[in-house]
Amino acid sequence: MSALVLRNARLIDPATGRDGPGALLIRDGLIEDVSHDPAPALPEGAALVDCGGLPLAPGIVDMRVFVGEPGERHKESYRSAGEAAAAGGVTTICVQPDTAPPVDDPAVLEFAMRRAEKASAVRVAPMAALTKGMKGREMAEYGFLLDAGALAFTDASHPVSDPTVFRNCLDYAHSLGALVVHHPQDPAMAAEGCVTESLFASMLGLPGVHPFAERIMLERDMALVEITGARYHADLVTTRGALDALRRAKDRGLDVSAAVSHHHFTLNEHDLADYPTFFKLDPPLREEEDRAAVAEAVADGLIDVICSSHRPQDEESKRQPFEVAAYGAVGLETLLPGALKLFHDGAMGLPALFERLSLAPARRLGLPGGRLAKGAPADLVLFDPGVPYVLDRFSLRSKSKNTPFDRRLMTGRAVRTWVAGREVFRRG
Amino acid sequence: MFAHRHLLGIEGLSQPDILSILDLAEDYVGLSRQRDKKRSVLKGLTQINMFFENSTRTQASFELAGKRLGADVMNMSVASSSVKKGETLIDTAVTLNAMHPDILVVRHQHSGAVALLAKKVNCSVINAGDGRHEHPTQALLDALTIRRHKGRLHRLTVAICGDINHSRVARSNIILLNRMENRVRVIAPPTLLPNGIGRMGVEVFDDMRKGLEGVDVVMMLRLQQERMQGAFVPSSREYFHRYGLDEEKLSHAKPDAIVMHPGPMNRGVEIDPNVADDPNRSVIQEQVEMGVAVRMAVLDLLARNIPGGPGGAS
Repeated sequence: MSALVLRNARLIDPATGRDGPGALLIRDGLIEDVSHDPAPALPEGAALVDCGGLPLAPGIVDMRVFVGEPGERHKESYRSAGEAAAAGGVTTICVQPDTAPPVDDPAVLEFAMRRAEKASAVRVAPMAALTKGMKGREMAEYGFLLDAGALAFTDASHPVSDPTVFRNCLDYAHSLGALVVHHPQDPAMAAEGCVTESLFASMLGLPGVHPFAERIMLERDMALVEITGARYHADLVTTRGALDALRRAKDRGLDVSAAVSHHHFTLNEHDLADYPTFFKLDPPLREEEDRAAVAEAVADGLIDVICSSHRPQDEESKRQPFEVAAYGAVGLETLLPGALKLFHDGAMGLPALFERLSLAPARRLGLPGGRLAKGAPADLVLFDPGVPYVLDRFSLRSKSKNTPFDRRLMTGRAVRTWVAGREVFRRG
Repeated sequence: MFAHRHLLGIEGLSQPDILSILDLAEDYVGLSRQRDKKRSVLKGLTQINMFFENSTRTQASFELAGKRLGADVMNMSVASSSVKKGETLIDTAVTLNAMHPDILVVRHQHSGAVALLAKKVNCSVINAGDGRHEHPTQALLDALTIRRHKGRLHRLTVAICGDINHSRVARSNIILLNRMENRVRVIAPPTLLPNGIGRMGVEVFDDMRKGLEGVDVVMMLRLQQERMQGAFVPSSREYFHRYGLDEEKLSHAKPDAIVMHPGPMNRGVEIDPNVADDPNRSVIQEQVEMGVAVRMAVLDLLARNIPGGPGGAS
C-alpha cells in the first residue's frame, strides 16, 4: 500500500494533549510519522490530502452500539451501521450482545464477526453476554468467548439483579483479566417507570423511575468490585447520586470507569412535553440538575467515556403511546456534534473531548487506537467543528431513523473518515 | 368564543373556556330534565366512542349526550377487538378516520395516547381519560356540581383525598380548581402521592382530619383493588381507618361541605356508606347528572368549530 500524507491539518492528540498545526504520514494502515510542520516534504509516490486547517483526530471508539445482526436486520445491519459510523467519525463500534439469539456462545460470536468483517466499513469490537441468555442466572463461557474475540462482557440493558451471581461473574472474569460492563439500574425499581420520576413526569401522568434506581445499583456494584477487585465499567451514568458513588469508588482506587451517551448531557426531561417517543431512552432523560452534573462530570473526567448508545428501532415500535413504545435512539451520526456541544460551551478543549471519545474507550478495551503517534492505527476523523446545519432524520445512514435530534440545529460534523488508512467516508 | 378543535385536557383551557362550557352545560341540565330532551345541533354528525379501557358510566354518559344532541353515535369496544390482535393504536385511528367521523371520544390506558391519536385523525377528539394524565370532562362536571351548590367556583377550599398518584381525575381537578383560583388540598398517605406534588400548587396533608379542617368541598377518589393489598397501603381496613371518609372525619369540614366521588365507589374502603348515601352531604348522584350535561356542552362547542358548521370554516 502506497503512502498517504494528510497535511495542513490541526492535529488533535488526546494522548499528549496537543492541539496544533501538523501533518500525518500514513503507510500500511498505520501512522508512520507525525509532523508538526503542516506541509512536510512528500515521500515519493505518496498520495496527498489537504485538510484545509480543519481538526484531525483519532477516530471515535464507540463503546455502546446495537446492531440488529443476528435477528433484527431490518433495524440495522453491519453494512448500515458501518456506513452510519463512518459518517459520524466513528472508526470502532463496540457492539452489544443482546441480539436474537444473544451473543452468549462462541458460535454466535463467530457468526456475527464474519458478517461484520464482510459488511462493516469500520472496525467492530464485540462484547459478549455476561450470563447465559442474558437471564442473570448462570455465567457465560468467558474463556471461550475471549478466545473468539470478545473484548468485554455485559448483559447490555438487562442488569444482573442477583448480587451473588454478579459477584461470581466479577470474580471469574477478573481471573481472566476481562472487563465487565454493567447497566446500573435497579430492575425492581425501574420496572414500571418509563421516564425519570419528577414533577414534570407527574404532570404528564407517566410512571416514573426514581433516579436513585441508578445510584442504588451502582453502589451495590462498587461494593462487589471492592470484594472482587474486578475491572468494571458502568455503561451509562446519568444521575447525581450515581456520580457520588462513582467518585467515592475512584477515590478508593477501584478499577472502575463509566460512560454516558451524548443524549444524556444534551437533552433533559423537558424535551418530553408532547410525549415524543424518540426521546424515550433507557435510562430515561433526566432533570436539568442531573444533565448539568453529568456534563460537568464529563468535563472534569469523572465520567471517562462518551458513547452514542446507538439503539436503532423501527418506525412501528416507536409509533406507540409513550409507555409502550420501544426504548432507545440512534446515535452514531449525532455523537460527534452532540459531544462538540461541550467544546462550544467552553467546558472542554478538543484534545480532552477526544480523550473521552477515542483514547479512554480504546484503553479500557485494550485497543491500540485513540492517539496520533507513530505506529498507532491510522483510524482518523477530519471534522468541521463549527458548521451549522439542521438535522433531517431521513438523511441518516442508519436503517432506523429514531433520533431525538430531528429538525434540531446542530453544530459540527465529520468531513472525512479513515479506517486503517483507507478512506471510508467523505462528505460529498 | 371557544376556539378549540379538541378537548385533550384541562391544561389547554383558559378561565373563559371553562366558564363557557359550564354556562352552556347549565342550559343542558334544564333540557335533560324536560320530557323532550332532544336537540339537533349535532344533526348529521357522526360520533364514535372508542374505549380502549372498559368503562360503563363514562361511555353511557357520552353516548346519551351525543344522542340528545342528534348525533349518530357508535360505540366501539376496542378493549376486546383488533387491538388485542396486535393492531397499533395508530392503525386503528387511521382505519377509523377513513370512515369520516366528526367526533371521536377516546379513553386509553396510557398517558398521552389520546393526544397521539388526535394528531393522526381529521376530526375532533375528546379525551375521556388517558392513563393517569387527564380526564377533563370529569373535572368539568365536578366544577359544575360545585358551582351549583356553592354559588361560585372561586375562593373555595377543596380537599382531594385518596390515590392521587394513579388518578387522572385528581390531575385534571387540581389544574381546573387552581385555574379558577381556589385553594386545593390533597390528602393521602405518601405512597399514593406523585413526585413533586408540593409544587403543583396544592397543600399536602397525610392527616385526614387536619386536611379536612374548614373545607367547602371533599372529593374522594377510588382506590383500585390491586393497590389495597400491601404494596401501597397495608390493607383496605387500615386504609378505611385512616383515610376513609366517615361522619366523624367529615365533621372537621365546614358544616355545609359537600361530598363528591367520581365513581364507582368502594363503600367501606374510601367512603362510609352513611356518608356516601347522605342526601344532605353527598352530591354523588348529581355528579352523574352533571356529567351528561357537561358532555353535551363540550360536544356542542366542539361541533361549532367543525368545518361547515356555524362557527367553523366552510
